[in-house]
Order: sequence, then C-alpha cells, then structure tokens
Amino acid sequence: MARRFTPKVVTANALLDGDVVYLTADDHWTRDHTKAELIEDEAHAAIRLLDAQARQSEIVGAYLADATAGPDGPEPVHFREAFRTRGPSNYAHGKQVEPS
Amino acid sequence: MYSYTEFDDAFLAERNRQFRAQVERRIDGALTEDEFKPLRLMNGLYLQLHAYMLRVAIPYGTLNSGQMRQLAMIAERWDKGYGHFTTRQNIQYNWPKLRDVPDMLDALAEVGMHAIQTSGNTIRNVTADHFAGAAADEVADPRPVAELLRQWSTDHPEFQFLPRKFKIAVTGAEADRAVIRAHDIGLQLVQQDGEIGFRVIVGGGLGRTPMIGKVIREFLPKADLLPYAEAIVHVYNQLGRRDNKYKARIKITVHENGIDTIREMVEARFDQIRGEFPGADQALLTELEAAFAAPDFAAKPLGAYDTAYRADPVFRSWVDTNVAAHRAEGYGIVTISLKAHGATPGDASADQMRLMADLAERYGHNELRISHEQNVILPHVHRADLPVIHAELQRAGLGTANVGLASDIIACPGMDYCALATARSIPIAQQIAERIDDLKIEHEVGALKIKISGCINACGHHHVGHIGILGLDRAGVENYQITLGGDGSETAAIGERAGPGFSYDAIVPAIERLILAYLELRDGAEETFLQAYRRLGPAPFKAALYPEQEKAHAA
Repeated sequence: MARRFTPKVVTANALLDGDVVYLTADDHWTRDHTKAELIEDEAHAAIRLLDAQARQSEIVGAYLADATAGPDGPEPVHFREAFRTRGPSNYAHGKQVEPS
Repeated sequence: MYSYTEFDDAFLAERNRQFRAQVERRIDGALTEDEFKPLRLMNGLYLQLHAYMLRVAIPYGTLNSGQMRQLAMIAERWDKGYGHFTTRQNIQYNWPKLRDVPDMLDALAEVGMHAIQTSGNTIRNVTADHFAGAAADEVADPRPVAELLRQWSTDHPEFQFLPRKFKIAVTGAEADRAVIRAHDIGLQLVQQDGEIGFRVIVGGGLGRTPMIGKVIREFLPKADLLPYAEAIVHVYNQLGRRDNKYKARIKITVHENGIDTIREMVEARFDQIRGEFPGADQALLTELEAAFAAPDFAAKPLGAYDTAYRADPVFRSWVDTNVAAHRAEGYGIVTISLKAHGATPGDASADQMRLMADLAERYGHNELRISHEQNVILPHVHRADLPVIHAELQRAGLGTANVGLASDIIACPGMDYCALATARSIPIAQQIAERIDDLKIEHEVGALKIKISGCINACGHHHVGHIGILGLDRAGVENYQITLGGDGSETAAIGERAGPGFSYDAIVPAIERLILAYLELRDGAEETFLQAYRRLGPAPFKAALYPEQEKAHAA
C-alpha cells in the first residue's frame, strides 16, 4: 500500500515585507495559518505548489508544509512551522502581536 | 580610524545605486527571485523565517560614535528599534522591508559602512581582536592590516565565486581573542628578530566538520601579506570542491590534500605573483597605520576611582570582571556586556546604542568595538572616568558584571529568526543566564564560556565553548547536544560530545548539574572549568549530566 499522504499547506514569505503567508483555496495569500487551504491529495498539492511558485511578484520561496485539521482550520505539525505562525520567542514581535 | 576616501565613497554610491535598481526590477517583475537572490545576498540581504534580514559589516569590529548613532537611527527608522551583534562582528537587522533596504544602505554609506560581502561565496567581513590597539599584550595593532585586507578583498574580481564563503581573522597578540584558529585564514602579528610579520594559519573552521587551523607559514614578512593571501585563496579557488557544499570549505581542501601539498602550491603561486605587488599595497598600509595611530592618552588623577573601587562593591565587581588591562598607564579597556541576565545575547536597543556612542565620545576617544562574543567595547577609557561610565551603563541596563563568566553566553539567532536553524538558541541562553543569576554562583564559578548554536553550521561557536550546546531537530522535537572541553583561544580545541542530547525542558537543568559538579570537582577556586575538565577528563562531568545511567551502572 502506498504511503499515506500527510496533509499540506502552501506557505511562502511575502515579497515586500517578508512576512509568512499561506495560500488559500480561493488563490489569495493569507497571513493566518488557519485560513490556508488544507491540501489532502498529493497530486493536488503538487499543482497548488506550482500555482504558488508562478506568483513571483507576490511571494518568495513557496513550499509545502505539513499541516493538520484543527477546530479553527489547519494547524502546523512541525515546531518550525508553529514558530512561523507566531514570530520569535524573545520579543513580542511578528504575527503574535500583529493583526493578520 | 580609517575614513573613507573619495574612491570608497564613489564605489559605495555606485554599488548602492545598482542595488536600488535591482530591488526596483525585482518588485516590478523584471527579475525573478532566482535572478535577484544572488544580487541581494551580495549586498547582505537574507530572507529569514519571519522577515528579511540585513547583515551589515563592522570591519574588524571597529566603530566610531557617529557610526554607532547611525546604526541606532537605522534600527529605529526602518527596523524594530534594536540590532543584533553577531559572532563575526556584524550587526543584523531582523525586520527590514524590501523597499526600505536601499535607503538603509544609503544611510550606512553616509557613515562609511556597507553590507557588501556579508553573504555569498566571497571573502567575508575581516574580523580582528576587539582589544586591537588597546591591549597591553599586543605586538602591533592588527587593524591596519585588516583594513588592507578589506580593501583588497572587496569586489576582488578573482574571488567573487569561491567554492564557499571565506573568513579571515587577524590578531596582534599571542592571547587569541579573535578565534583565528577557527577561520579559513588566521593571521597573528608576531615579531622575529625585531621584524614584524605574520604567523599564517589556514584551514580552521567550525560547522559540520570542525577543524583547528594549521600553520602554513611560521613567519611571513609583513610586506608579503597580500600576495601570500592571494596565493592561498587562489589555490583554494582552484582546488576547493564545488561538487559538495559540505566539503567546499578550505578546511576540507587542506584536510584532503594535506597541509604540505597546500603549502607547496601556495608558495609556488606566491612566487609567481609576488612581483605584481611592487609596493603600492605597502604605501597604502603605511597610510593606514597612520590612520589607526593611538589617540593621545591623557594623564589624570585616580583618586576618585580608587575611592569608588574601595567603597562600592558593585562597581568593584564590574571593574574586576569587565575592565581589562590597557597598554597606556591609567587606562582600561571596558567591555560593555550585552548579556544582562535574561536578555538576548548581542542585542542592543537604539537607546543603548546611542548611550554607548555618547560614552565613547565623552570618555573613550570616540571609539567602540564589537566583539565576536557579542559585546561592545570602549577600548580607550581612563580609569578616572570609570565610576561615571559604570553609573550611566547601569541606568541603561548595560552594567552587568559578567564578562567571561557563565552568563556571558554566545548564542546565534537560532530558530527564533534563522531559516537554517534546527532549534532555538536564544531562549536557552536566556534561561541559563537567569538560572545562574538565581543561584548566585556566577562569580564563584568564574571563567566559563558557554556557546550555543541552533544548527550544525555553528554560528554560535559551540565547538569551542568550554560547554557547547548544539540545538537539533530530532524526529520533529528540539533536542540539545552538549560538547565539553572546547576552547577558542590560543590553546584551541574542539569540544567532545558528552552523550545523548537533552530536550528543550531538560537542557537548562543539565547545564546546572554540570556547573554544580564542576564546583565539587575543582581543585580550588583557581582551577577553571576548562582546566578541571582537562585534568579529570569527561567521566565525572558525564556522570553529572547522566545520573540515571550512573545508577544503572552501579546496580
């Protein structure tokens, strides 16, 4: 049996300010992980990544990150992605204090 | 200090104009990210976890007050009001916006600073002993040579696409405060039969494969420096591996080919090109030596200082810990700790930068230094002025008396900022420092260097920490490995891994056990942690780190 696919979100950094962004189902970039499109199909994930990478004038460095369904929307799986949803731990800077 | 010439100003203005146009072309879509990335990296602009990061070189760690004030202004105007001083004598701004970066570079150029070659496979910022020109123990000031190397290496056409990055450090003293044995080229100014020259070390480096540098030339006459350095980098450029990023640094080239082969090739190349350096470089060096001439040191009565030293234990502790011997009578070298217990190592707010600039202007011959240990130095301070300096520093949260002690921790930005990191470093440093402060054992423990890296690239120099901590990602969880017995000084050594790693929650208690064990094990208060480790070997320290295993053995 094929390996089970871990759901993904497409994430990148915004070109102008570098902030972490996620691709939504309706082709917008959101700064809120819970509003990202949770992609459960591997082939669809590959297509969505290509879609994202074509949007060079908006973002930098798109990639697929593991995610899981939560009560309010997709949640990160790995601690690195969890940090990217918040900002640094030494100062109240970044997403943890900025309205998305 | 060196002041930019018209040539320097024009060069920088042109580079900044080019980069401004490149940023515009990236934003309007004419350049893809693949095209833009090498251009932004050449100008020190990285993309990190949460934002862009601009890395600005502070050549050989030397700044004047005006430059420090400009760094503060940039932090306030285009960043979040602070900057992070790094282990390579750079300052990093963690939150610049892409559109603002050209303005930031122009503001840097106004005070003779830049971000060129702070990234990429080029010769990076040339670093030096942060006590240069002030230390009581130095043969000569290494900064004129470092400036000569900076000018030679900046935009050097042969060395813009090296196999990998290339780092040079210079010191003028036998006591190595610049970690020269962990650099691609380490230079030590030495005196032989009355003549000044260099001991040249190559192939040191930390990272994935840590190596202590090897002596390639025991004595190189001063006038031969540039052709010899050029020969080394030339040989590396040809031999260095481009097939494997992890084997591309010169330390691997030296290791795989052997120092004797490298030496032969370097000497052969040196013979070939020596004639291309007929003396313009030495004429320039003479000018640079004049530019870096020592200030006019003053004679002042020390009565108030002596009184304060006797009467005020807090001041006395700070002087004993943070003030080093100066070459001039009555003077001292002040290290301002950027390691207040619980603070982020190496960070300074704009207000703190301005205060340090003011103190340097009023009491320090207008000079500041940044150390690779992420502190700020006032290199030329008369002891008579120490009481007022200490009082001002204390008011600004900069008076911590911990230089060289357990809470004077080097920490890389780690996964709080860095895109390469595999774990966080900063909160570990904060927690260790706070714990040591709570236990009130710092001065009892004495000299101890703890260094933390958040990934194998070792920006936090963990391999040469007496206690090194390396943060890794183990199956999706942060995990911290401890190395023991490392040393970044003239008796350089790579630390040995102590055993299995510790979780984020277990690493600080583990470090505490280690330090408390040292206090039990040492042969009197004079024996430092490193000396005790060298005398006893790792076994008793491992026993403190892994008490469960000890119990299992005993059962």
